[in-house]
Amino acid sequence: MAKYVIKRNIKDNPYLVAGLVITGLVLLLTIVGVFWTPYEPTAMNASQKLKGISLSHPMGTDNMGRDVLSRVMYGSRITLLIAMGTVFIGATAGTVIGAVTGYFGGMMDEVVMRIIDALFAFPSILLALVIVSVFGTGWVQLLVSLGIAFVPSFARIVRGEVLRCKNMDYVANARLQGVSDLRMIFVHILPNIKGVMASAILIGFNNAVLAEAGLSYLGVGSQPPYASLGKMLSDAQQYMFTNPSYVLCPGIVIVLMVLGFSFLGEGISRWK
Amino acid sequence: MSEDVIKISNLNVFYKNRKRKLFSGDKKIQALFDVSMNLEEGEVLAIAGESGCGKSTLARTIVGINKDYTGNIWQKYDRPQMVFQDPYSSLNPAKKIDWLLKEPLRVDSRRKWTEEEMDERVRQIMEDIEMPLSMLDRYPAQLSGGQRQRICIGMALMRSPKVLIADEPVSALDVTIQAQILELLENLHKKLGISIIFISHDLRVVYKISDHVMIMKEGRVVEYGKTRDIYRDPQHSYTRQLLEAAGIR
Repeated sequence: MAKYVIKRNIKDNPYLVAGLVITGLVLLLTIVGVFWTPYEPTAMNASQKLKGISLSHPMGTDNMGRDVLSRVMYGSRITLLIAMGTVFIGATAGTVIGAVTGYFGGMMDEVVMRIIDALFAFPSILLALVIVSVFGTGWVQLLVSLGIAFVPSFARIVRGEVLRCKNMDYVANARLQGVSDLRMIFVHILPNIKGVMASAILIGFNNAVLAEAGLSYLGVGSQPPYASLGKMLSDAQQYMFTNPSYVLCPGIVIVLMVLGFSFLGEGISRWK
Repeated sequence: MSEDVIKISNLNVFYKNRKRKLFSGDKKIQALFDVSMNLEEGEVLAIAGESGCGKSTLARTIVGINKDYTGNIWQKYDRPQMVFQDPYSSLNPAKKIDWLLKEPLRVDSRRKWTEEEMDERVRQIMEDIEMPLSMLDRYPAQLSGGQRQRICIGMALMRSPKVLIADEPVSALDVTIQAQILELLENLHKKLGISIIFISHDLRVVYKISDHVMIMKEGRVVEYGKTRDIYRDPQHSYTRQLLEAAGIR
């Protein structure tokens, strides 16, 4: 049964397959980077400055003679970690808030959802920027602030789904049996929205990668010696014409990361 | 004359007005007007009437889903169970049958059930509702409507309630399956001696299964008495109309 379902999905779900392949490649690059990089990511070499793509440096070198591939492998780890942390904070808090407000409704729902609406009014990058400027720069602050900025969208999605589910007969049925409210929310209702949650998480992951890159590019994200993909882009900007491979390579990795996860999200929502 | 298990007097039930405008305030819509009835131990009481006459509202008020009412509801036993009309929405699609059947036991506040006791009870119930044990491993989506309704009945019976409310349990099923489910309900009624409130708009089904019948129209009781008497000699013109429409008179 399960085998058949997987086979069918691989056959007529090109998004899923493409997503798996691209995400797999990026993850492979990152995971290999944890154990082995061609060069030390921070090792400088004055004689190898701003070299283009070559056999010894597959992605060229930067303005300090550091190997871009090694730095990309290292940087994608930071970017992925921040994105994961962001989505974790956003999804957990957002799910709890959305589920509780949606389920109980009433005054609390109104108040909390208006606050969420107010948060929604700011673009999440701007919101994170405000939080970072209050708490200072650094990747922990970046992670927490992006996490908070991601709460509203998850809360909205989960609340809508819980509202849809809570008037179904199976909820009334469970209530007749004496199921408590908390058990109802987390054991009976949430498993029914896991598909929606999965694609929301993957789309959130994308936005988190982009937001991290954007914020690091603006200089409020990870500080040296931590290299994230966004930071590399901003460093490479001024050498865009002298050594295009320096700016293109981290950029392409970001694009692949985002593309892979959005394909995965699309694929999961089309899962049959 | 046996004892009553449910006594209801002068029940009025209200719903919130959904079409709330900004300054209109909280106007309520009244769904039931001055309903009185009682259910005897071990009998089948049918509630019949057209769609929207308040049958389901009455059932939902008795089991405690609607809380906005005036009047008295007295029940001898707590936690009456209910079988819902639509078997396609009354089983949690994310859970397997085995899990669903055990859930009433897991949340039982009167006693703690061990895993073996639960398995044993599930086996008994599956036998009562005439379902093979191989179904336990399936999701509701893998069952037919009739099978789902059997599972719903099984879930309702898990904790051996004394009162079962069946809210149009067969109207979402096709005719042959209807007959099977009705037969199952009758058998369970005889075997377990539970009192059943059977809600239906189908007067033929009502005649087959019930001891007493209550005819409702627009939230009011229009006729109430022994099924046989009412079918033989309906007093109210609406009852006569219903019987004619069902092709009985």
